[in-house]
Amino acid sequence: MWFEIIDALFTAFWMVIGIAVIFGLFVLFSLAINYLFKLYDATRDKARGYASLKTVTFGDESSVVANRFASVASILSIFLIWCIATGSSLIPTVLAPAFTGDTQFEYTARNAAGQEASATVYVRVHSSDNKSPEKLTNAAEGNSFAKDDIILIPERRSKIVKAQNNDEGGKEEGYEVIAINGQPVERENVYPFASGEILVTKQGSLSIRPSTGRTMEALYLPPPEKVWSSFINLNKNGYQGVGLWENVFWSLFRVVIGFALGCLFGIPLGFAIGLNSWLRGWFDPIVEVMRPVPPLALIPLVIIWFGIGEQGKISLLFLAALWIMIIAARAGVSGVSISKVHAAYSLGASKRQLLTKVILPNSLPEIFTGARVAMGVCWGTVVAAELVAAEKGAGKMIIAASKFQLTDIVIIGIIIIGVIGLGIDVLMRMAETKLVPWKGKG
Amino acid sequence: MSGLVIDDVSMTFELPNGGKVEALKNINLNIKEGELMSVLGPSGCGKSTLLNILAGFLAPTEGKMSLSGENIVGPSPKRGMVFQHGALFEWMDVTQNIGFGPKMKGMPKAQINEKVEELLDIVGLQDFGEKMIYEMSGGMQQRVALARCLANEPDVILMDEPLGALDALTREKMQSLVLDIWKKTGKTIILITHSVEEALLLGERLLVMAPRPGRVHKEYQLPFAELGVGQDLREVKRHPEFGQRRDEILSMIWDMEEEIMGRTETA
Repeated sequence: MWFEIIDALFTAFWMVIGIAVIFGLFVLFSLAINYLFKLYDATRDKARGYASLKTVTFGDESSVVANRFASVASILSIFLIWCIATGSSLIPTVLAPAFTGDTQFEYTARNAAGQEASATVYVRVHSSDNKSPEKLTNAAEGNSFAKDDIILIPERRSKIVKAQNNDEGGKEEGYEVIAINGQPVERENVYPFASGEILVTKQGSLSIRPSTGRTMEALYLPPPEKVWSSFINLNKNGYQGVGLWENVFWSLFRVVIGFALGCLFGIPLGFAIGLNSWLRGWFDPIVEVMRPVPPLALIPLVIIWFGIGEQGKISLLFLAALWIMIIAARAGVSGVSISKVHAAYSLGASKRQLLTKVILPNSLPEIFTGARVAMGVCWGTVVAAELVAAEKGAGKMIIAASKFQLTDIVIIGIIIIGVIGLGIDVLMRMAETKLVPWKGKG
Repeated sequence: MSGLVIDDVSMTFELPNGGKVEALKNINLNIKEGELMSVLGPSGCGKSTLLNILAGFLAPTEGKMSLSGENIVGPSPKRGMVFQHGALFEWMDVTQNIGFGPKMKGMPKAQINEKVEELLDIVGLQDFGEKMIYEMSGGMQQRVALARCLANEPDVILMDEPLGALDALTREKMQSLVLDIWKKTGKTIILITHSVEEALLLGERLLVMAPRPGRVHKEYQLPFAELGVGQDLREVKRHPEFGQRRDEILSMIWDMEEEIMGRTETA
C-alpha cells in the first residue's frame, strides 16, 4: 500500500510539472498577446469615464472588468494551439507531421556460406483514414540470394519485415542482416533511415518504425477540421441511429422534469422547515445527511431500484435538485428580516397572507440562486447517469463513441454539453434579473 | 377607558447561562388619545422591549396593557409600527407598499388607490408612487414607511428609532413631518429615540428610562412639540428652556452610563 501511495505522489509530482509547463506556456502566450494589445490600445481613443481616473486599480475589484479582447484572443489561442498540435490543414505546418507515403531502404545480408548480397525493402505508409490501402506492386525481384521485400504500414504504427523469409538460405544458421543502406548494424540496436528508424530485433528481423512526427495522433486529439466534418455528419446522420439533437433533447428533457419535480417538493419542504420547529427537527437529519451525498453516488442504488429507464434518471435528477431546493427555500425563509414579518402582522396580515405576500417574494432571490445551482448539478448528473446506462442522451452518445475510439464525437459531445450548461445558466440569470430585480439592492 | 393603559408591566427572562434579566420592572403608564410621547434612555433600558410589548410582538411576564379598554395580546392593525430601517417590501412599488394594510383587510382597489394618493401627498412623495423601494433614498423610504403605517388608520403609531439611520439634514425634515402628521391626524404616537434633541422636539411628554431593571426614571411635560408644528425647528431649539432641558437630560443619561460602566468594572 505504501508503495502505491508513493507512486501516486510521484505521479502527482510529475503532473504538477507537466501542468505548470502547459499552463506557463499558455500564460506566456497570453502575455505576448497582451503586449501587442497594449501597443494597439495606446493608439486608441479611450472613454474618459469616472473609472478611467482611478489611480488605485490593483485591489479595487470594481475596476476589474473582463477584457473582451483577451477573451476572444484566448479562445483563438486555444484553437491555434489545437491546430498546431494536431497538424491541422487549416494552418501551415508547424510541427513535423507523421510520415505517410512511399519510402525504401536497402539492406545487406550475409548467408551461411559467407556471401554478401543486398536487396531493397519497399515501404508504403498509409494514412489511418485510408481504410483500404493499396499494396505496392512495383517491387522487382533481387538478382542474388537476397530478395526485395514489400511492406504496408499504417501511419504511426511499426511493422516487422522478416527479410530472411524470402531470401534464399534465409532460414539457415549463419544468415544475418549486416548492414542497412551500407551502414553496418547489430542486433538489438536502432538505426535511422530516410523516413523513420529501424530496429534490428533480437531475432535479427527488421522492425520498421516510420517517423511519427511531432503532432498528436488523431485518436487522442483529432484536428479541428476533422471534428467539424464529423459534426456536420453527426448533424445529418446522427450516431448509432439517434440524431445529435435528439440526444441533447433527451438529456435536457430529463433535466427539466427532474428539476421541476425537485422544485415542486423541495420549495414547500424548505418553507416548512423554515417555518416550523417540529418539521425542522423532523427533516433536518435527512436533509443534512443527504445534502453532501453527490448525486452520482446514488446512481448504483437508483439503477438497482428503478433500472436504467427514464424512471431511474428522473428519480436521480429529482434527488439531485431536491436537497438544493430545500436548502435554498429554507435559507430564503430565514433571510426574511424579523421587522418585515412584524410589519406585515401589525398591518393586519394573516399567517397565510404573510406566507404568500411576504415570505414567498422575499425568498425568491435565494430560491433563484438555488435553482441556478440545481440546474447546473442536474445537467452534470444527467450526463454522468447517461454515461452509466442510457439509450439516448448526450452522455450516452459520448460514452458509446469512446468505446469505438471516435474521439471527434466525444469532443463534439463535450463541447455541446458545456455550451448547453452555459446556456442554462445564462437563461436562469436572465430570468433572475427579470423576476427578482430587487436582488442585491436592499 | 380610552387611550393606552400600561398597568404594572414587568418583563423578566432567563438567560441560557442561568442568569436573569429584568428588562422592565413595574411600568405604569397612561397615555391619552392623541398624545405625542417620546421615550429616551441609554441602551439596555428596555425602551425597545416596551415598544415591542405594546405592539404585541412580546408578552410581558407580569401586568397587562389595554388600548381603548381592549387587552393587548398580539399584533394588531390598531397599533401600527414604523421601524428603524423601514422594513419595506422591496418586491412592491411605493403604491403597493402603502396599500398593503388596506389590501390585507380586503378594501376595494379603487378605495385603496384613493387612499394611497392622499397619503403620498401627506408625506410629500406625490410623484413617486411608481418607484421601486430600492430606487429611493433612506429618507424617502422612511416617508413610505410612515405612509404605509398611516394607511391602516391605526389608533396608535409606535416608532422604533425611525429617524436613527438618517443623515442630520434629512432627519430635521422628517422631524417636521412627524409633527405635521401628529397634528393633522391626531394619532397617539409613541416614539423611541436615542437623540435627546429629537426626544425634546417630538414629545409633548418625554419619558426618560433607566436600565437594570428597565424602569421609568423621570417624566417631563414639554411645550416644544406644540411650538414646533409648522415652524422652523431651529427656532424651537433656540427656546431658552430647550437648552436647559437638553443639558439636564444629557447629564442624567451621562450619570446612568457612568453607573453602568462602574458596575461592569466592579463586576
